[in-house]
Amino acid sequence: MKHYDVAIIGGGVIGCAVARELSRWQLSAVVLEKEPDVATGNSSRNTGMLHAGFTYKPGSLKAECAVEGNQEFDRVAAELHIPFRRTGKLVVGFTEHDRENILKFKAIGEKNGVKGLRMIDREEMNRIDPNAGGEFAMYAPSSGILDPMQYTIALAENACRNGAQFLLEHRVTAIHREGESYVIETDKEEVAARWVINCAGAYAADISAMLGYPRYYQRGFKGEYYVLDKKAGVQLSIPVYPAPNDKGGFMTHATPTIDGNVLVGPDSYITEGREDYANRREQLAGLVRDGGKMFKQMRAEYFIRNFAGIRWKNCNPETGEVLDFIVESKRECPNTVNLVGIESPGITCALPLARRAVKLLLEGEKAQGREVKANNRFDPVRPRAKRFYEMTIEEKTAAIEANPDYGQIVCRCENVTRAEILEAIHNPLGVHTLTGVKNRTRAMMGRCQGGYCQTRITEMIEQELKVTPEEICYQKADGYVFTGKVRDCE
Amino acid sequence: MRNADVVIVGGGPAGLAAAVRLYDLGITDIVILEREHQPGGILKQCIHDGFGLTRFKETLSGPEYAKRFVDEAQKRGIPCITDTTVIDVSADKVVTAAHADGMIVIQAKAVILTMGCRERTRGAISIPGTRPAGVMTAGVAQAYINLQNRMIGKEVVILGSGDIGMIMARRMTLEGAHVQAVFEVLPTPSGLPRNIEQCLNDYGIPLYLSHTVTDIRGEGRLTGITVAAVDERMQPIPGTEKDYDCDTLILSVGLIPENELTIGAGAELDPKTKGAFVDEFCQTTVPGIFAAGNVLHVHDLVDFVSMEAESLAEGAAEYIKNGSLPKAGIAIACGENVGHTIPQRISGEKSFHLSLRVRKVMKECTLTVSQGEHVLLTRKMKKALPAEMINLNIDAKKLKGTDDLEVKVV
Repeated sequence: MKHYDVAIIGGGVIGCAVARELSRWQLSAVVLEKEPDVATGNSSRNTGMLHAGFTYKPGSLKAECAVEGNQEFDRVAAELHIPFRRTGKLVVGFTEHDRENILKFKAIGEKNGVKGLRMIDREEMNRIDPNAGGEFAMYAPSSGILDPMQYTIALAENACRNGAQFLLEHRVTAIHREGESYVIETDKEEVAARWVINCAGAYAADISAMLGYPRYYQRGFKGEYYVLDKKAGVQLSIPVYPAPNDKGGFMTHATPTIDGNVLVGPDSYITEGREDYANRREQLAGLVRDGGKMFKQMRAEYFIRNFAGIRWKNCNPETGEVLDFIVESKRECPNTVNLVGIESPGITCALPLARRAVKLLLEGEKAQGREVKANNRFDPVRPRAKRFYEMTIEEKTAAIEANPDYGQIVCRCENVTRAEILEAIHNPLGVHTLTGVKNRTRAMMGRCQGGYCQTRITEMIEQELKVTPEEICYQKADGYVFTGKVRDCE
Repeated sequence: MRNADVVIVGGGPAGLAAAVRLYDLGITDIVILEREHQPGGILKQCIHDGFGLTRFKETLSGPEYAKRFVDEAQKRGIPCITDTTVIDVSADKVVTAAHADGMIVIQAKAVILTMGCRERTRGAISIPGTRPAGVMTAGVAQAYINLQNRMIGKEVVILGSGDIGMIMARRMTLEGAHVQAVFEVLPTPSGLPRNIEQCLNDYGIPLYLSHTVTDIRGEGRLTGITVAAVDERMQPIPGTEKDYDCDTLILSVGLIPENELTIGAGAELDPKTKGAFVDEFCQTTVPGIFAAGNVLHVHDLVDFVSMEAESLAEGAAEYIKNGSLPKAGIAIACGENVGHTIPQRISGEKSFHLSLRVRKVMKECTLTVSQGEHVLLTRKMKKALPAEMINLNIDAKKLKGTDDLEVKVV
């Protein structure tokens, strides 16, 4: 049984951020993730919005961490080499009632320390983006867009480079205390750790109960999305959100993605299924209807894909009131940090929350007389080669000269080269799935959805990783792509 | 930057045919750029027969059909640079491509776009449900089975009665899979009658018209789907849902001309064909940029793809010599029951080839090409199917003046 200082349960954006922040210290850490890759749950099933922080209750962790996370993100994106753009955001209204609700949130935002919020009229909206719907808007200059999968992967790779380990396809099934350590049972081997940090996202309430904390009451607010073609992406430059409803919820919005697509969604409805990520016919119809109000070019010819995510919110079991994030470390549950109900704006808050979790851990260590030293070899920078499609023609020429694989385009829609696919197949986390390559390179993410390149990529995975056809999987460990060979003649 | 008279984007049946005919017309400074390792386009994976009946009066497999053109191009020494992906075509005809030896930039006098088409995906038609492995387009299934020797599943359902879907129903059956059924959302089949006979009926595979997939289940791998009958607006009829257990769902739900480079070059697209607007020379709205084959409009037979590409050679050669072609000022309107036409505009100075598709199945009907009150051509037809292209030759001498034309089928 392997022994670590810290076991982090969950390889979503929170688990990976905690692993990265922990790797600043001389502590051995392991991330236990049930799926074959990081960011397969709700960390990848959201809008990819860096929130400004104008909708959250003043004084709440959500408000505090969102503002903190927003303000520092230019530096974070530069360190991790992830694409990020401060687009600003329009919260648009049609009626006087909308205006009242928007003004309410403007006041909250100002209380939370969000800078630059101002009301603008249709004329100014036209200057910002004529395809944005609505009659008037609140303009929030500090909002931004990023790729939440790239961000989570970057955090994980940076943590990995600084010494954290990742055990993928390890589902935690039970936790018990033996002496001064926890023994964590998984569907593979057991792992021992002095500390356990719960970052289990959709399953955080279950892990919380395993650790001796309450099984917090949560409700799943599911939302579905359309992904639109880049041909729609060139027609939208700024996220467009509708006025919040009376409860402060935002319904279907339209957001440009950092890679040039448009996301339309999410809607919001309650689900019981922990991983109920299926799209429903009637919800998709609703997105088409409501999305058209936010983005005037919401057209069927632009549809590429759908997905869904679930915000598991801590709620008051009596009143249903939505509660704040929980970050706690209680004496009754020694050497644990419990993060529960981390939903939107979880991407924005990931590093601020991770710092708070690490702080609780360090305080606990100190109380037990342990002095944790800083990891002097910690490097916050996660290098990443420029993408072929981002290069100028001179850069492309130089890249091909240095490595001819840059001259072989595998994914036609997104212009992803063989060099980039190979790099993704040999990623530092050891992810071997088809979607692992997809989320790292954008191959298969374009308008043909892998019609051209998927067959080439599975062939490369087989050759590079020396696996049999049956061993290739799409996203999940049991998501096999092939039943075998057609004829046994190779 | 190098120069060439003609750059052809795509070495499939259209690109190769255009190259050979251009060469024979005296335009020999040609470069074909092909993204795959071998020329031949999608035909490489179409190992069934039935190709060439119109063009060669004999039945060939896809690779055999392609080889005829590959051989002709090679005989003439026309360079085909493979493993080369064109990433940009500019309006002034500079073609930029990526290759392992470096970026290729060519200033052409004329550019011929023959990129073919891609398949519509699950996302494009918004099929609800989960997103497991085992859902793929017919072309991907075909590449895996025919080119890579990889078997993709055992219990199969097919959505869409496109030709490739039906051909894959037969192919999967022959390789030991169980194909449960083919479902088609339209009230009429999308593919050719001969494929319904030879690929479905001969193997006892049922075809259900006016049905669609309303749910997809499974987490890792596909475990099942739900199918429902649809009404005349193609909406599922409540109460008609039926579940099918399967590990594979193959989609054959339409083809879309692959026109990203065309758009980049500034050519206007016809929303009806999703390909470029062209004149009778297959010239797009950007002078000197031509398009033919499935990139222009989706064809039923590859024979017509090659013939269309061959037909553009004369105009392209004239353009290369003179730097211009007669202005196409006469529009061709789609009248009753006509889905689209190619070309959409003509100069009126030349006899031309007209191809079109009807919108619905029709029996004992008459096709009329008219110019105002003046009728240029009528053709009586026993039947007309949306799945089959209608091809006509129109004599320029029959045109009267420069009024627009209209084509209708009633």
